[in-house]
Amino acid sequence: MRSAVVRYSPLLLLAIAWEAVPRLGLVDPDTLPPLSAVLRAWIGLLRDGDLAVNGLSSLQNLTAGLVLAIVVGVALGVLMAWYWPVEVLVNPLVRILYPLPRSALIPVMILWFGLGAASKIAAVFLGCLLPVVIGAFNGARGVEQVLIWSARAAGATSLEVLREVVVPAAMPEILAGIRNALALSFILLVAAELLISQRGMGYLISSFGEAGAYDAMFAGVLTVSAVGFFADRLYLLVMGWALRWRG
Amino acid sequence: MTGISFHEVSHTYRPPRSAPTLALERVSLDVREREFLALLGPSGCGKSTLLYLLGGFLPVEAGAVTVAGKPVTGPGPDRGIVFQNFALYPWKTVRQNILYGLEKQRLPRAERERRARELIELVHLGGFDNSYPAQLSGGMKQRVAIARTLAVDPAILLMDEPFGALDAQTRALMHEELLAIIRRTPKTVVFVTHDVREAVYLADRVAVMSARPGRIKEIVDTGFAGEKGPALTGTRAFADKVEHLWDLVRGEAILAQTRRD
Ligand SMILES: Nc1ncnc2c1ncn2[C@@H]1O[C@H](COP(=O)(O)OP(=O)(O)O)[C@@H](O)[C@H]1O
Ligand SMILES: [Mg+2]
Repeated sequence: MRSAVVRYSPLLLLAIAWEAVPRLGLVDPDTLPPLSAVLRAWIGLLRDGDLAVNGLSSLQNLTAGLVLAIVVGVALGVLMAWYWPVEVLVNPLVRILYPLPRSALIPVMILWFGLGAASKIAAVFLGCLLPVVIGAFNGARGVEQVLIWSARAAGATSLEVLREVVVPAAMPEILAGIRNALALSFILLVAAELLISQRGMGYLISSFGEAGAYDAMFAGVLTVSAVGFFADRLYLLVMGWALRWRG
Repeated sequence: MTGISFHEVSHTYRPPRSAPTLALERVSLDVREREFLALLGPSGCGKSTLLYLLGGFLPVEAGAVTVAGKPVTGPGPDRGIVFQNFALYPWKTVRQNILYGLEKQRLPRAERERRARELIELVHLGGFDNSYPAQLSGGMKQRVAIARTLAVDPAILLMDEPFGALDAQTRALMHEELLAIIRRTPKTVVFVTHDVREAVYLADRVAVMSARPGRIKEIVDTGFAGEKGPALTGTRAFADKVEHLWDLVRGEAILAQTRRD
């Protein structure tokens, strides 16, 4: 209980400062509306359904892109570790593309897939793919030889060895890669929506910003941050449960 | 048909970024059907390598390894192996580890469950069915590994220092269990150990290996085939056999030691 208070006290201080600084006139309340005004705007957004419509749209695109990145990324990473021709083909690409600023992909995706949901999903997918590939590759490459031998001796086929031994043994690294991807997915989706879109949290934020409704704009920013934070917490819980065998 | 034959088998490890190691050099060895053969030798002499070749995990590059007259080309459920470091699946519980091999054998579900329960009792792990390997002691992990291999009832049993992590008491118990299992369902056993007493007590014959590169230095008949039991260890004949094997092993152990420095 006490540790929770200590852990979140910086957040509380930040909230107090956010309220006090504009009210004391230290900054222009138009540039930084006090927290209470932002929360009031947030309740307004909740009432009009703006939050539900745009939040849901963002969540859908984020989930689609992320799930796609996980499925393709795990398959690619494991195959890279398992079949050397796949590694020879894919590994150099991964190395070259890894340092590329991910948001640079967004305009290209919009050019290819249009202004709607497809370009957002594609941006999240491509941006999240590499961390998952790299996690799965490292995990699968590090699997102990005897575990594979043991399954072969029991009569497992190659495909069964992959599914029943390599993937579960690589799970700690795979899940760590997915955690990185989860954080990136928020960044990429909102960035893509800010750039150009007709729906979503990024759209909400940018349109309120253009209209000068800064309290509502901040409410949008706050919502995205909070959802991102809680998604990560929830993910850690799920990860802990999935890896409970590590003792 | 479970006779095993090594004929002039050599094996070289070629690690990608270091010098090759000649682990075995022209090893010839026959293991008779339903014989209990112990492989005795200093660490690093190639005992595990020999077992891996027989298990079909490493390719036979020089010489020939045959089981029942047929060359070994890969792993198979006729040869069950207990690996030196357990090789349990850490993400599976004790019960799931034991069930895995039975699932691969396509046994009916009820039969699998029955056998798993039986084996858990046999190795005295009742109550730990749902524990993960990380929650077990070294000795318990070793017993899970043994149970997992015995569950599928292989005709040939390969054991790589299977009792190394057990305390003396548990080890003695496991010796009796192993002998009882083999009496019930006769098997050909190749048993790697560096414990001379264990080799003499369990085996029909003991193959003594030389320090690296491993070769078979001598094969000693223990001659206790029919009379195994706790009473045996107190006899003069047993002590003499242990002494004799110690003499053979001592020289090799010293050689292995000096070579490491
Ligand atoms: N994967 C490997 N790569 C390189 N050298 C190895 C490898 N495995 C074993 N060796 C070497 O081969 C020799 C025999 O090893 P091993 O069969 O494990 O011996 P033992 O089981 O008798 O202790 C040792 O000198 C060891 O260092
Ligand atoms: Mg060994």
